[in-house]
Amino acid sequence: MTSVGQALKRKEDPRMITGRGYYTEDIQLPGMLYAVIVRSPEAHATITSIDTSAAKERDGVVAVYTGEDLAGDFAGPLPMVWAPPGVEINTPEHWPLKRGEVKHVGDPVAVVVATSRTAAFDAADDVIVDYDPKPVVVDPEQALEDGSPLVWDSFGTNKTHEWAVAGGDFEAAEAEAEVTVEARYVNHRTSGAPIEPRCSVAEARAEKLTLYSTTQIPHIARFVLSGMLGIAEDKLRVVAPDVGGGFGAKLQVYAEEALVLALAKRLGRPVKWTETRSEHMTTSHHGRDQISYVTLTAKRDGTVTGCRARIIADLGAYQQLLTPFIPTLGFPVMGGCYAIPSIDLHFTGVFTNKMPTDAIRGAGRPEATYWIELTMDKLARELGMDPLELRRKNFVRKEQFPFETALGIVYDSGDYHGSLDRLLENFDLDEFRSEQAGLREQGIHRGVGFSTYVEVCGLAPSRAVGPQGVGLQAAFYESANVRVTPTGSAIVYSGISPHGQGLDTSFAQIAGDILGIDPQNVEILHGDTDQGAWGWDTYGSRSLSVGGEALARAARKVQDKAKRICAALLEAAPEDIELTDGKYQVKGSPDKSMTMAEISGAAHIPPAELPADIEPGLEESSFYDPENFVFPFGAHACVVDVDAETGKVSVVRYVAVDDCGPAINPMLIDGQVHGGITHAIGQALYEQVVYDEDGQLVTGTFVDYALPTAAEVPGFETDRTETPSPTNSLGVKGIGEAGTIAATPAVTAAVMDALQPLGVLWLDMPLTPVRVYEAIQAAQGNGAGPPSSQQGVRLDEHGRGSAGSGPTAPDEGGAS
Amino acid sequence: MITAPFDYETPETLDEAVRMLHENGEDAKLLAGGHSLLPLMKLRLAAPTLLVDLRLVPGLHHIQRENGSWRIGALARHADLQDTPELGVASAAAKQIADQQVRNRGTIGGSLAHGDPASDLPAVLVALEGEVSAQGRNGLRTIPAGELFQDYLTTALAHDEVITEVRLPATDGWGYGYEKFTRRAEDWAMVGVCALVKKGADGSCEDVRVGLTNMGSTPLRATAAEQALRGGSLDGDSIASAAEHAAEGTDPPGDLNATPDYKRHLARVLTRRALVAAAQA
Amino acid sequence: MGATVRICVTVNGERRESEVEARTLLVYWLREELGLTGTHVGCDTTNCGACTVHMNGESVKSCTVLAAQADGAEVTTIEGLAPEGGLHPLQDAFWEKHGLQCGFCTPGMIMAAADLLQRNPNPTDDEIRHGLEGNLCRCTGYHNIVKAVKAAAANEVPA
Repeated sequence: MTSVGQALKRKEDPRMITGRGYYTEDIQLPGMLYAVIVRSPEAHATITSIDTSAAKERDGVVAVYTGEDLAGDFAGPLPMVWAPPGVEINTPEHWPLKRGEVKHVGDPVAVVVATSRTAAFDAADDVIVDYDPKPVVVDPEQALEDGSPLVWDSFGTNKTHEWAVAGGDFEAAEAEAEVTVEARYVNHRTSGAPIEPRCSVAEARAEKLTLYSTTQIPHIARFVLSGMLGIAEDKLRVVAPDVGGGFGAKLQVYAEEALVLALAKRLGRPVKWTETRSEHMTTSHHGRDQISYVTLTAKRDGTVTGCRARIIADLGAYQQLLTPFIPTLGFPVMGGCYAIPSIDLHFTGVFTNKMPTDAIRGAGRPEATYWIELTMDKLARELGMDPLELRRKNFVRKEQFPFETALGIVYDSGDYHGSLDRLLENFDLDEFRSEQAGLREQGIHRGVGFSTYVEVCGLAPSRAVGPQGVGLQAAFYESANVRVTPTGSAIVYSGISPHGQGLDTSFAQIAGDILGIDPQNVEILHGDTDQGAWGWDTYGSRSLSVGGEALARAARKVQDKAKRICAALLEAAPEDIELTDGKYQVKGSPDKSMTMAEISGAAHIPPAELPADIEPGLEESSFYDPENFVFPFGAHACVVDVDAETGKVSVVRYVAVDDCGPAINPMLIDGQVHGGITHAIGQALYEQVVYDEDGQLVTGTFVDYALPTAAEVPGFETDRTETPSPTNSLGVKGIGEAGTIAATPAVTAAVMDALQPLGVLWLDMPLTPVRVYEAIQAAQGNGAGPPSSQQGVRLDEHGRGSAGSGPTAPDEGGAS
Repeated sequence: MITAPFDYETPETLDEAVRMLHENGEDAKLLAGGHSLLPLMKLRLAAPTLLVDLRLVPGLHHIQRENGSWRIGALARHADLQDTPELGVASAAAKQIADQQVRNRGTIGGSLAHGDPASDLPAVLVALEGEVSAQGRNGLRTIPAGELFQDYLTTALAHDEVITEVRLPATDGWGYGYEKFTRRAEDWAMVGVCALVKKGADGSCEDVRVGLTNMGSTPLRATAAEQALRGGSLDGDSIASAAEHAAEGTDPPGDLNATPDYKRHLARVLTRRALVAAAQA
Repeated sequence: MGATVRICVTVNGERRESEVEARTLLVYWLREELGLTGTHVGCDTTNCGACTVHMNGESVKSCTVLAAQADGAEVTTIEGLAPEGGLHPLQDAFWEKHGLQCGFCTPGMIMAAADLLQRNPNPTDDEIRHGLEGNLCRCTGYHNIVKAVKAAAANEVPA
């Protein structure tokens, strides 16, 4: 029996359910020091002085450093790696500790190192920094206006860059259009918010530095950090232990990682820095924050002829690793599942006095899917057509794959009609509509929203996205090393770096089947740059389709060699050896067979019968660079109830059909979909990073930044279709981001459907009670509706957050 | 995440606790469950130099009925209230405070003494016209609910006074409803309404109380709504029109997720819903 | 450095004595003094529940309890939930039903679920969802956590 396709229980779990997981914050090293960072309370200011003397006198304080003190410790600043051919991107120098000016709340200005966490915290309070405030801009459209305060005077503009891509003749489509719809969408700022805060521990021994860090990208981090520190790459080891979720927030090389390394090197002692949740909200990169102006052109019969989007991306104050690239990452799927003959896209990046944005789960593709899907709904209304019918009419048809879009992107495989059909088998729309009509008569506002999506993932064909392609200064192949021990277990090192996805299990299933070994005896290692080959880590739903394929290829090489060994020992031809039920046997002679343990024993302790031209050992590596991306797709339906009196939205049902190719482990796929949908429900209804007009972060804790709890989401009804990708031999596509990509438009459309009888035509996320209430009021002729941007809000006296109260300084009080 | 340093005492008697608070001045704070104070201290929004922990002081944990009233020790936890449904609306409101872990630590005395108008129990105390006993240097005194809450996080308690007991009139013959509006289940109330209705023999409204959570700097009574309903019919229309008065005289602060107007609107809606529940009970 | 306090706490059945700074939070004492790193810290504001342990048999957020307040108490952490080498039915159910991904919220989630089942041995889905409202998970969307708690309640998994 093969293991692939089975819902194998996770190999990761026994340690995690018993409290024996090993996360970075669990690491305690002899003589370890604790670092606490002093951060700017100002959104934009000149540092006029820093007085560290009181802090240095505190008991337990080993050192206090400012940006000036550490100026010589770094050979280079934090990098940004996107250099699209022919485009200049304004990129300010970005040092771990700031000198001269601070550009957003939370910008690091000094670091305290002490023998205990408490001493470091106490001393950080004693560092006195004087600031001379400068004008602040927080709204990206205001930042582009003449006369706006400048985040960086040196560039003379807040515009970071423009980037455009087009295919087909949109101007002609627009001129000939029988119907044109236009819309503006705000995809607000969010936080990745893994439950594990960031943490980094650096250790220096002799010439060698080791960094343990909560990172999705240990290999890339070694590459970047060795450069920043001016040391050879072999002198730095980066380890990602168990990582408590990433969601893109840990796809970054952070100032704090460079800092602890510099401190450990300087002080000769291990140094740990652990993020507080407030620091996470302030200074772990944010995501989204995009405004899109979208135009769809169509014929009266519903044929979509053109799509144009003008996208303004708020990048914050600096360029982090991928900051300006992320809004662009969605471009390959900006025509959605539809065969649109002309597509015209234009991106403008903008500096504001906020934390930089970068990849957060979905990264560019949720934005793209949000606006194409909701604009299709709008077009359907304009045409008086059923929105699902409009979709069906414009879907790329099954027989058209591989399908080249107007932008020259090749969708690998798909069956968009099939997934929508399956969805409607699982969700009876007629029944829903009659139920909805009945409820409406009782004053209950229930609505359904649909989203049909195609995702681009499996980053990536190196030549397409590398320096001469899209312009990333990197490649995106993946590596794997498969080693069979003398007794027949396997040890695999993969260049991916999972942090919750369950790849220790699904990779063991793939390798186990190919090798003929029980997956329980296949150990998957990753996230340690000293253990295996260079890898490109985990993000962009690439681990399985790129890393898994590399692993399969390496495992097949091992299988080939095992067959040669087996053939030699059983006196058969290698091509006559087949792997059946865990045994290597001679075709047609089941009695003549060997187990992998026997073969590996012979490989490691070669018997005389083994020909000399077969090298000893049983270990192979593979480097796999995909020829194309993979394009998962699916169809989701969301049902919500809106309390029209209070504006509160509740998701009451969610039905999803996803297609990520053949399932390696269906249980893990469902888990990824559940989490992705919940993340998107969070964005659509609850979560938003908000800065006030002074650039102060209003949502600095989990009190105000409202992740959904179990009580806010329903159970999910998931289903799959399986359309193999021709891109890799496993036929697999990614699934880690699909839910996040599909669900925000489904939730939003459901709310719009519910509100339709009340006259509300459009409302941007987040669909919070007050915003929904104000939209209803405005539709009924009372009031102006909710603001279209919540960046730069003015708050009342206590500045209390979402929860109404939240921690606020007491004036007085008794017992608590 | 790390509090400022402080000294820590565990008095074994109330007198001792009061003395410690008195001798150490305003920088000494009383500690009960710690679920209002410790979160502030961890963010260094509060930095008392002495915590006087009541955990060894006996006689503060009771919940018992005596004549027409409930006597609740200051250290009775939200979970204890939650598990005593006989308390009526106080139990129903306690069940909605934060989450189970918080309810397992937070205490009624601590919650009331903190004086946060967004907390659930202050409005309940006000609606029930309960009272607290407070032990100070000059002995025990009684503070009626209407006098306890003076301003935002400010109560009538002297800094060296300790709530020892909360007394809530039993509500036999009253129906009640507690409507709490939150974004998420575990959140503080955006607005909360505690309603109590006493029906006359003819089914009319003999008496009514409405307490408002988070509608101003202290918990409030919606007196205009009460007056509109008292003595009248309890049919849906009467309740709805009375509830329209719920926000009269309130001046709630706006915040990220609610404008003052929206909070006033919520107060009206929730008052109607809470009154309907109370009238049905 | 503030005042220190002598404490004696029974942790996972074992008496542990310690001299701690008064401001030491229970979670840091467990993690750093006793090496019980299964209890995690995920926020600063008593929201996320990753630090949930049992104190005298009930769930508490150990980031909002001073170690000093635990003096004399019995504390159970995820490491002590089941006898050495065995699994508590909830641990087994979380494994069986894929109730965890990154595993960071899991110890707190399981400890909260254990309290929930103590209070309500046969909860409905809705009661489970509300019973776990004090614990945040970013990975699972809670779906399989609810299934796991339900399975544990129904003794669907071997103890």
